[in-house]
Amino acid sequence: MLNLVTNNSIAEHEAAPGRITSGPKGRKPRRTLSRRNIIVYGTLIVVALYYLLPLYVMIMTSLKGMPEIRVGNIFAPPLEITFDPWVKAWAEACTGLNCDGLSRGFWNSVRITVPSVIISIAVASVNGYALANWRFKGADLFFTILIVGAFIPYQVMIYPIVIVLREMGVYGTLTGLVIVHTIFGMPILTLLFRNYFAGLPEELFKAARVDGAGFWTIYFKIMLPMSLPIFVVAMILQVTGIWNDFLFGVVFTRPEYYPMTVQLNNIVNSVQGVKEYNVNMAATILTGAVPLVVYFVSGRLFVRGIAAGAVKG
Amino acid sequence: MTGQTRGSARPNQWLRNLNAKIASVPMILTAVVIFVGGTAWTVLYSFTNSKLLPRLSFVGLDQYERLWAAPRWLVSIENLAIYGVLSLIFSLVIGFVLAALMDQKIRFENAFRTIMLYPFALSFIVTGLVWQWLLNPQFGIQSIVRSLGWTSFSFDPLYNADIVIYGILIAALWQGTGLVMCLMLAGLRGIDEDIWKAARVDGIPMWKTYVLIIIPMMRGVFITTLVIIASGIVKVYDLVVAQTSGGPGIASEVPAKYVYDYMFQAQNLGQGFAASTMMLLTVAIIIVPWAYLEFGGGRKRA
Repeated sequence: MLNLVTNNSIAEHEAAPGRITSGPKGRKPRRTLSRRNIIVYGTLIVVALYYLLPLYVMIMTSLKGMPEIRVGNIFAPPLEITFDPWVKAWAEACTGLNCDGLSRGFWNSVRITVPSVIISIAVASVNGYALANWRFKGADLFFTILIVGAFIPYQVMIYPIVIVLREMGVYGTLTGLVIVHTIFGMPILTLLFRNYFAGLPEELFKAARVDGAGFWTIYFKIMLPMSLPIFVVAMILQVTGIWNDFLFGVVFTRPEYYPMTVQLNNIVNSVQGVKEYNVNMAATILTGAVPLVVYFVSGRLFVRGIAAGAVKG
Repeated sequence: MTGQTRGSARPNQWLRNLNAKIASVPMILTAVVIFVGGTAWTVLYSFTNSKLLPRLSFVGLDQYERLWAAPRWLVSIENLAIYGVLSLIFSLVIGFVLAALMDQKIRFENAFRTIMLYPFALSFIVTGLVWQWLLNPQFGIQSIVRSLGWTSFSFDPLYNADIVIYGILIAALWQGTGLVMCLMLAGLRGIDEDIWKAARVDGIPMWKTYVLIIIPMMRGVFITTLVIIASGIVKVYDLVVAQTSGGPGIASEVPAKYVYDYMFQAQNLGQGFAASTMMLLTVAIIIVPWAYLEFGGGRKRA
């Protein structure tokens, strides 16, 4: 009797997960070609091709010579692969008076992105920590203003910022642009960090307080080591966001400090001379390369970063 | 609260949590000086006749009257309306359908998601330039279809004033639908598996389950997505600059570009301020009802 029961329960045990895993497995041959699957995969593949098409065309165009572009269609692979357009886009293409290609814009973008990302994350993480653990009177009010401010169109605040930067003597410089990126990164990042720190167990914080640790000690010794994931997410968000910025770059810097996006637009949309589509496409790929690398390398984290940032927009 | 005991001496009120206050200075400055101060400044100066430099000589609603009489502004508004309505509808529908397809326990889900989302990592400038190339009538889609034998085929949205805004829409959807799909997918994953089982037991067809049960349950996700898309729409600028520079003529102008051009090129600050104040008003109209629904109504959220 006892034996029977045990057997039974084992059989049930196996059947329960078995129903899920082995059930469909048995029917698989028929299911792979079911009408539903054809529709689902068919649609997804067509959609995927649509999304990939521009990337394909960009790469193909950038590897062709101009004669081939004039005669062939944009989808045809190059008959003769040439990397000259890439060299030209990087080192020789002209914007205005400068003819040193995108390389200048690339290094400008690096010099803008690196400090902007570091400073904005440092400031926002401390803000988020203060808001989550050391709330003072009025803090919530400022935070609310900050979050609401994130929805205000940049155009409304651009000119006052120009004035503030001019008064500080940093208008037109890289420093000024770093300040602007720090300001506009603050709402999303502060929200991100505040929510993260608020989610950490409170006992940890209380125990540290009892041990006599202060504001900064707790931040550096306890909070920082525990929050690597959120720092990575914030970094991805900021690197892609700041690298891709165009408006602030064009408004707050002088031509010699233009970031890569602005330079790219100037190269491609310059009115004089013959349009060199292959050089343009190589330049476009070069500009998109950094965020694409970040995206492909970070994989899942990128999705999480977007979701986290998107919680409020 | 977590700082010191509540009953600590009154005179020290300002010194309580001093470190936290010092650490919050950048946030407070940003919130008050830039977000509140800057906005108020722009709104105030939109009532002046500032030209090259901001000047406090008030002219009442003059700038606004001039704004609404300017053909270029009217075109901008019309474009924004068309672009906004269509991109809202299309990105929500396409994003949801794609998410529903991705939610069918398919294989290679990661690969598909990667492909659909990668455009979102790119700059609007990059997106704009790629689509400018694809839609180029001499080399792009039009010439391909013509070379296949259909010689009268015409598809040149970026060069035709009547349909140029749709050309911009195509690029915008290519870039943005991946994000919507991701958000929707997250929403779908958050729905209890039992709901599906119950619906299946009751014999409700799949599409009906989506429309009648799942979508209403995803109300929160839809609202969030809607607000994100909407606040992005009002700001659209880079894409237009890269694809058409507002052309042909003024056919693809948008409000954000109007603001920029009047502030920094035409040196007519007053017009720029008035136009940007109208943008602010548009956003307020979108945000206020949302904030009310989200935070005002039931007070469910902490």
